[in-house]
Amino acid sequence: MPQVLKDNCVENDDWITLEESSETLPSGDVLLTYDQWQGFSEQLTRHDGGVGVIIDGNAEIEEIIESLLNLPLIAINFPKFADGRGFSTARLLRERYNYNGEIRAVGGFIRDQLYLMSRCGFNAFKFADDTDLSESAKSLQDFSENYQVSVEQKNPLFRRR
Amino acid sequence: MYKYDNYDHKIVNERVEQFRDQTQRYLAGEIADEEFLPLRLQNGLYVQRLAPMLRIAVPYGMLSSRQVRRLAHISRVFDKGYVHITTRQNVQLNWPALEEVPDILAELADVEMHAIQTSGNCIRNTTTDQFAGVAEDEIEDPRPWCELIRQWSTLHPEFAFLPRKFKIAVCGSTEDRAAFLLHDIGLQLVKNDSGELGFEVFVGGGLGRTPIIGSSIRKFLPKQHLLSYLDAIVRVYNRYGNRDNKYKARIKILVKAWTPAVFAQRVEAEWEHLKDGPSTLTDSEFSRVKSFFPSPDYTEVDGSESADKLAETAINNVAFKRWLDRNTQPQKQAGYRSVTLSLKPAGVAPGDVTDKQLETIADLADRFSFGELRATHNQNIVLTDVIESDLMELWQQAKESALATPTIGTINDMICCPGGDYCSLANAKSIPVAEAIQRKFSDLDYVYDLGDLELNISGCMNACGHHHVGHIGILGVDKKGKEWYQIQLGGSASRNASLAKVLGPSLSRDQITDGIEKLLDVYVENRIADESFLSTYQRIGIEKFKERVYAPST
Ligand code: HEM
Ligand code: SF4
Repeated sequence: MPQVLKDNCVENDDWITLEESSETLPSGDVLLTYDQWQGFSEQLTRHDGGVGVIIDGNAEIEEIIESLLNLPLIAINFPKFADGRGFSTARLLRERYNYNGEIRAVGGFIRDQLYLMSRCGFNAFKFADDTDLSESAKSLQDFSENYQVSVEQKNPLFRRR
Repeated sequence: MYKYDNYDHKIVNERVEQFRDQTQRYLAGEIADEEFLPLRLQNGLYVQRLAPMLRIAVPYGMLSSRQVRRLAHISRVFDKGYVHITTRQNVQLNWPALEEVPDILAELADVEMHAIQTSGNCIRNTTTDQFAGVAEDEIEDPRPWCELIRQWSTLHPEFAFLPRKFKIAVCGSTEDRAAFLLHDIGLQLVKNDSGELGFEVFVGGGLGRTPIIGSSIRKFLPKQHLLSYLDAIVRVYNRYGNRDNKYKARIKILVKAWTPAVFAQRVEAEWEHLKDGPSTLTDSEFSRVKSFFPSPDYTEVDGSESADKLAETAINNVAFKRWLDRNTQPQKQAGYRSVTLSLKPAGVAPGDVTDKQLETIADLADRFSFGELRATHNQNIVLTDVIESDLMELWQQAKESALATPTIGTINDMICCPGGDYCSLANAKSIPVAEAIQRKFSDLDYVYDLGDLELNISGCMNACGHHHVGHIGILGVDKKGKEWYQIQLGGSASRNASLAKVLGPSLSRDQITDGIEKLLDVYVENRIADESFLSTYQRIGIEKFKERVYAPST
């Protein structure tokens, strides 16, 4: 069973992803790309499992947000780890649109980004390679204090010191 | 000067431990090279031609004597006994060993210093005027604002992986000594009609391959909104800046493509959501941060009496007078002066300073300037708040340590990048060119007669040496594997910033000093009264200079 680092724990990952060109929708919890989600919209009305959607870090989130908000999982894809757009996307989901579901990082991000990502609202991390999840979880504890406002800290340090 | 509390210490110490762990995992082969690269860059560690280089942050250029002694110690123990002052007021080590960098960082953390975000595609050290707090033309001391920006930008959760590096400068005076129009964000402290303090906000300035002067996107931003407005600008840039081509990735390219007006609208729209949120600065935070920059304990001095005495001392000592004229300047506090210690003696790479000199500088700061000093973007050191009656003694001590070369603001006080001697991106060497110029123009009377002249040298178009904004700019170019130099004229990093124009075909290394001499001849022949090189150029244009330099030799 594939695994995911979620809410600080290593868990089995039940979400099924599909081949790009897949024409059938399996039963169970499916994690679809935005295009697949649009393509299967008809079948999804009868679907018997959960549905999550993968968006790219550069998605114009403002334009698609309405349809996303009821999903239990939104995954943000990192084309490569140096591409920091997904950091802003996650914060917008949490802070502007008050999204409370799972925000999962997928794609090319790396362990050493986990701490900052969690401050931006990511609570689940699915590495593209075989990175050790319980080792990686240590990086979530890199810091115990920060200057800025972030998703898990509503007050900047200057309002607390 | 700002002092860390437990929070600041904790954050910086945790950063040291994080980097120690990353370095160990890298050395153990657990982190790939391309993944370690941005991690080490975020901590100021480059790998260069000969060795790694470590860039240490000097927030807005301020240093205490204790920090300077620690830098001397670090340079002795971990490096070759000298450091380099950069054009962004930072300090660079040229030869540290990767394995030892975590220990260096721990030494720095102990004296409230770090290397966080001195490199990489993130928000870099915020810079300002080296005469902050003492300048006669100051509207407001920029340092508390720089410190607020330092804290806001340090390990910002959202902006560690921007399209490209990001630099902010703050100007608190009417003259610009921070080149703020050449930064990704330039902040000018202003007061509105009701006397409230705020900022005029400029974006999209920068040097590099495509030099651009920043555009104003907001005339008045009330001070309490500074951080949320910065969040809005950088978020727009993070989302929409070009990530496909690193030469088009700076914010200046986005601002130009959208136009400043459209960029401003996008920022304002984003800011609507952030305005008045928890990042809005509070009065108690203003006063907390401001309290770290008090006026030192000045002695009451009779200004005119002190000036007379000084003039009397100078009359009998030509060498002292030269230094006094060029290397010191008045402050808003009568009877006190700011002294620039020159790091530009001929034969030393501009901006290099040895461990011994650093210790002398620390002693001088303790003795004469309340234990504080500043690194300048012109690659010198400034001691502020020196009482005029101490200047003679200070000069004598500085002279003994080769820190009193009396050429500040002249052709020999050039800005110069490390160039081909150190940098693997270089097309040409720059340090030997600086030295050749200093040796050629060693007659001080001639140099003084030329007056204020900014000469800037970069070894390639990345423009670390700010050649685009030199009155005379020299740019290293590569022609069939040989080093050539393009000359540019008429740049300025002042309030009326301008970008220099190319004079003509490049010159070889042996032609360069003669070429410059011809430029200076044209200036001397054409100037009216005490007109500066730049003004003369602006009046007569480039043609006369061009004709002379490229005239067939007779
Ligand atoms: C030797 C190693 C160095 C390397 C590899 C290096 C690399 C670069 C590069 C690639 C750029 C252009 C980036 C861009 O415009 O997007 C740049 C710009 C710059 N660098 Fe360096 N640099 C080095 C050392 C230095 C030093 C020692 C200084 C200070 C003396 C410095 C100060 C600057 C400044 C001020 C800029 C221009 C900033 C702007 O574009 O607005 N660099 N550097
Ligand atoms: S201008 Fe070019 S040669 Fe000089 S330090 Fe920068 S990158 Fe290197």
